[in-house]
Amino acid sequence: MEREQLRIAGLTGVEINLDIAGPGSRSYAFVIDWHIRLLLALAWLAPAWMIAIRAGHPAFGNLVTLPALCIYFFYHPVLEVALRGSTPGKRMAGVRIVTRNGGTPSVGALIVRNIFRLIDCMPALYLVGLLCCLLSAQRVRIGDMAAGTLLILDEPNSTRSLGKIGMLVAQSGLAPHLVELVDDVLQRWPLLETDKRVALARTLLSRIDPTLTSEALSNSGDSELHRRLQAVLAGHK
Amino acid sequence: MNTARQNDLTASAWLKSRTSVWADWLAQFQQAGKGLTVETAQRQVDRYRSIARDLATARLLLPGSRATGALEALYVSTHARIDVTERYSRARILRLFRDEIPEIIVALRPNILWLAALMLLSVFAGWCLIASYPDLIGLTASPKMIEDVEQGHLWTDNLLSVTPSSMLSLHILSNNIVVSLFAFCAGIFFGLGSFYIVAMNGLMLGAMFAFTHQHGLDGALLKFILAHGPVELSVICIAGAVGTALGESLIRPGSLTRRDSFQRAARRAARVLLACTLLLIVCGLIEGYISPNPGIPLLSRAIIGASYWFIMLAFLSGRMFRRR
Repeated sequence: MEREQLRIAGLTGVEINLDIAGPGSRSYAFVIDWHIRLLLALAWLAPAWMIAIRAGHPAFGNLVTLPALCIYFFYHPVLEVALRGSTPGKRMAGVRIVTRNGGTPSVGALIVRNIFRLIDCMPALYLVGLLCCLLSAQRVRIGDMAAGTLLILDEPNSTRSLGKIGMLVAQSGLAPHLVELVDDVLQRWPLLETDKRVALARTLLSRIDPTLTSEALSNSGDSELHRRLQAVLAGHK
Repeated sequence: MNTARQNDLTASAWLKSRTSVWADWLAQFQQAGKGLTVETAQRQVDRYRSIARDLATARLLLPGSRATGALEALYVSTHARIDVTERYSRARILRLFRDEIPEIIVALRPNILWLAALMLLSVFAGWCLIASYPDLIGLTASPKMIEDVEQGHLWTDNLLSVTPSSMLSLHILSNNIVVSLFAFCAGIFFGLGSFYIVAMNGLMLGAMFAFTHQHGLDGALLKFILAHGPVELSVICIAGAVGTALGESLIRPGSLTRRDSFQRAARRAARVLLACTLLLIVCGLIEGYISPNPGIPLLSRAIIGASYWFIMLAFLSGRMFRRR
């Protein structure tokens, strides 16, 4: 199934498509966050409760429960504002809140988004929010509709390959698409089955270096082929 | 030399020439956001334009490649850093309370008046209901409250001996804020939810007055709510009015789509809710420290209640923030 995408024009006119997070990614992020805030609240509650029991004054009961309730109920608004539309759970699930223009949501928008949790969590287990998410365009809950936000899939690590590809092209002298192909195969080498990676490496090497005879390639084993591919990227044919 | 080979050479040469620039961008991107000055912000905007140029070139020379994907990711991240709303500076906050909130309140005036009328009507209905059918008080009051009143004292009489004022205030203000937020959010059901919450609050108030009147305690109840009640009830009406505006945005979106109209109404409403929350915090303090204190006479409570109500008017009309 093709992912739903949000097309934004960009401030320079260069268009870009963002992958919209579906109910699965949203629920996954929520479950992680729910566990974190529950554990944080309990981490406060357990020792504070013991102190309150020893003190034996009813006022201490409130002192114990209020901070725990604050942790539980203010987790989302506080962290989303502080982390500009993200929470630890959202980061782990690879999603991020953005405006409908792809920008960073304002503090006001994030607060509105969180106020509407009162409706989205009704009647239980975020049923209204989940149904709304399943049925709406751009997979948003009521809070997102009110705030003008949506969740997109975020891959912060994908920028890391930017410098790497250029450097490998410079080193190897190969065409960029070949460099990416070899680098991909080397990255996935431990995950591939031996006979498949051997076949892949032989095909690639025969295309990259036509001087290599088929006999020389068929005599090379798994580790030898791996070494040759690394040498190709390093520029030592 | 064939075209494909020539394209490869062009792409390779371009990639090589940009590698060090991209490495700089990535390093700067990690540092961006920390202590942003006008110069660094300007550099970010320039970099954003350069990324856009490189992305357009990459899409042409290396369509579908990892380098293009990485540039797209960098473009999206930089876009999110640049496309941000104005920070809440002191001037922005002053503008919010002096101009924006009063403007929304003026626009909502008919809704507020209608909701206030609904609350008054509900108070009257609650009174009539319990005056005619006293047994129905169980619908609005807990068994403990009923027992206390039947024994000749209000449930609020010994409040301070059980819970300290600070805790009581916190409990009350959080409860009031949740009620107001519900009155607002329930507006999504085409405004009916807000009507329901305001009407229920009025009904309960009327019912409690009728019940305490039957046991000669209505004066004591009035004394209890006099200091905080006027603002608290007004704020519930305002939150309800904001909720009805939210419902109206769905029923009559005008030239906008329903979603845009709902979003616009919710964003406007949030500003009023901020003001309501601040008013309710003070209400909670009054209800925790002054209302349950038997040593404060009725006249003082009336003065506090009336004064705070006028302060609320000055606050919501923006007069409090205007220079004389």
